[in-house]
Amino acid sequence: MSLLQIKNLHVQVAGREILKGIDLEMDAGEVHSIMGPNGSGKSTLAQVLARRETYEVTGGEILFQGKDLLAMKAEEAACEGLFLAFQYPVEIPGISNAYFLRSALNAIRKYRGQEEMDAMDFLPKMRESLKLLDMDEALMNRSVNEAFSGGEKKRNEILQMAVLEPKLAILDETDSGLDIDALRIVAQGVNAMRSPERAILVVTHYQRLLNYIVPDRVHVLVDGRIVRSGGPELALELEEKGYTTMETGTRSAISV
Amino acid sequence: METLVATASEALRNYEEGFGGIAKAAGREPAWLRKLREECFARFHEKSFPTTRDEDWRFTNVAAIARTPFLLARNGHALPARAAIEPYRVAGAACQLVFVDGRFALELSSIGKLPAGVKVGSLAAEIAADPAAIEPHLGRYLNVERDVFCALNTAFIEDGGYVHIAKGVVAEEPICLLFVSLEHEAPAMTHPRNLIVAEENSQATVIEDYVSLGGGAALSNTATELVAGDHAVVSHYMIEREHESAFNISTLRIQQGRGADVASHSLLVGGALVRNNVHPVLAGEGGECLVNGLFMGGGRQHLDNYMLVEHASPRCGSRQFYNGILGGRSHGVFHGRIIVHKDAQKTDAKQTNRNLLLSDSAQIDTKPQLEIYADDVKCTHGATIGQIEENALFYLRSRGIDESSARRLLLLAFASECLDRMKPGPARAHAEGLIRRDLERIAGA
Repeated sequence: MSLLQIKNLHVQVAGREILKGIDLEMDAGEVHSIMGPNGSGKSTLAQVLARRETYEVTGGEILFQGKDLLAMKAEEAACEGLFLAFQYPVEIPGISNAYFLRSALNAIRKYRGQEEMDAMDFLPKMRESLKLLDMDEALMNRSVNEAFSGGEKKRNEILQMAVLEPKLAILDETDSGLDIDALRIVAQGVNAMRSPERAILVVTHYQRLLNYIVPDRVHVLVDGRIVRSGGPELALELEEKGYTTMETGTRSAISV
Repeated sequence: METLVATASEALRNYEEGFGGIAKAAGREPAWLRKLREECFARFHEKSFPTTRDEDWRFTNVAAIARTPFLLARNGHALPARAAIEPYRVAGAACQLVFVDGRFALELSSIGKLPAGVKVGSLAAEIAADPAAIEPHLGRYLNVERDVFCALNTAFIEDGGYVHIAKGVVAEEPICLLFVSLEHEAPAMTHPRNLIVAEENSQATVIEDYVSLGGGAALSNTATELVAGDHAVVSHYMIEREHESAFNISTLRIQQGRGADVASHSLLVGGALVRNNVHPVLAGEGGECLVNGLFMGGGRQHLDNYMLVEHASPRCGSRQFYNGILGGRSHGVFHGRIIVHKDAQKTDAKQTNRNLLLSDSAQIDTKPQLEIYADDVKCTHGATIGQIEENALFYLRSRGIDESSARRLLLLAFASECLDRMKPGPARAHAEGLIRRDLERIAGA
């Protein structure tokens, strides 16, 4: 059984169709990448998978570990093992990063019938992940993402992923706005998370991240449809030729 | 509720009879106090209750108070059992004075060993024992001309808390004054009156905590004069958590000396109609004042905060921060007035009011009012009204936190802005416990 199965997914936002029949299958242990130009529907797909309710699913289905993902709320999907690293991580003044992360971990543990972790048990786990991402522990006592730099926010997303240990992680343009050093650290963090039990979906506009996180499969998303799928070499081809060559329809070209 | 049908004239008769009774009972009191009472009752008689045409009361209609024939809460009942008071203890407090229907109840109070130079007790007892210590302060600061509720409180002075911190003394643990309203058959009113005097270079924390045992129509009309001598450091907490049909009008009048540093923290979670007046006067050079508050309304609660910060001396700083969380059909008011007098050069005054509305029928009126008569000052004010941030809610949920917990977490974060301005210690821990508990009520509604 596949970890994730998306079948003929149609999604609308404010009456406009954004995703026009997506099919995608991922097995545990795999890393896939979805590449596409701005406005192709990449982030919509990521948000629908994370169960954001502002998107209206008008057709198709999604099975996550065999269960109907579209019937789940965001928190249920998370507790079932789905994780979205946000393109724009949200600032939450007044809640400390450490408290937030422990609350999330405990919500998930509770859902799975595991015992909640107290601050003492949580600390070593958190420190291990901080080290992996070369993050200063002081960030944990600050409010969630508040006044974090762009790089710190993205690293904070991967830190959460490392602590929450999802079955399926979706990285939504995690590379955007990262300098090359930060990109390497983030990629290193993600690579350390690769495991036979886990699948990772890397959503990106550019090929650069895929030099560091080498995917098993690459899918090209243009205008709400996957127009090509292939191995990692497809990403390089895209980088060379641009998205226009991937167009199959008669619509005018969309440049990179 | 039939009692509310009664006319204002019947209500007025009750005040007259009540005052007659008090004046008679207070036959042995000092002449200055008797005179003060009589002047204040005359003032009340002449002015009567405010209406919404009065600018200071524009958003708060007290007609329900005016027409209810309140009787002075006379305790024919036995005192409540100690066990009934237990839930209202403040962990880590130096002492807890309990007032039942406005009168000191020694039997229910816990007065441990207080540091030398710290005196706490009943105002009535102190007036009887040492009127010369009271006369220089009582009624000297409260503006009975402007506010009829203050006049009424003064006319009906019977008892309340008296706190005196001698020069240079530091009282580390909070001094707690607990005001318990009992249930009565007829609408009942109390007029607790407190006097807090922190002499030069002393330090103290005082908590006023208003609670109800039982329901029924009730009015707590309280007034506190807080005198902070030169370089004194005082934290004051006003906690209103009476039952959902209680009326509570409170006034905290702060008189600050040179270099005094006073913090006023208000937490309003209970009551049907609440008016919270905080009126610091920075009378000495270089004083600092923090006016911090959180009001959390649900149901049909009406929570009105009226701040009047007077800068009367140069080089003083004042910071007002009030946060409101309003759900159901509740109505919040923030009126932040700053007066900078002519001589108060180099004033630095700041005011911020932030509000979260949890429902479409909740309402907030926020009004800054700056009157500046000096020319070298810095005054800023700002107000925001918003809702729970959907993005933040989704972010928390996407990490596995269920929607209602996520909402509570965001509300707590918003409330924490006020908590963070309180010094760590038992008073803040007490406030935090109450806020956490009350969030269940507000978020659950």
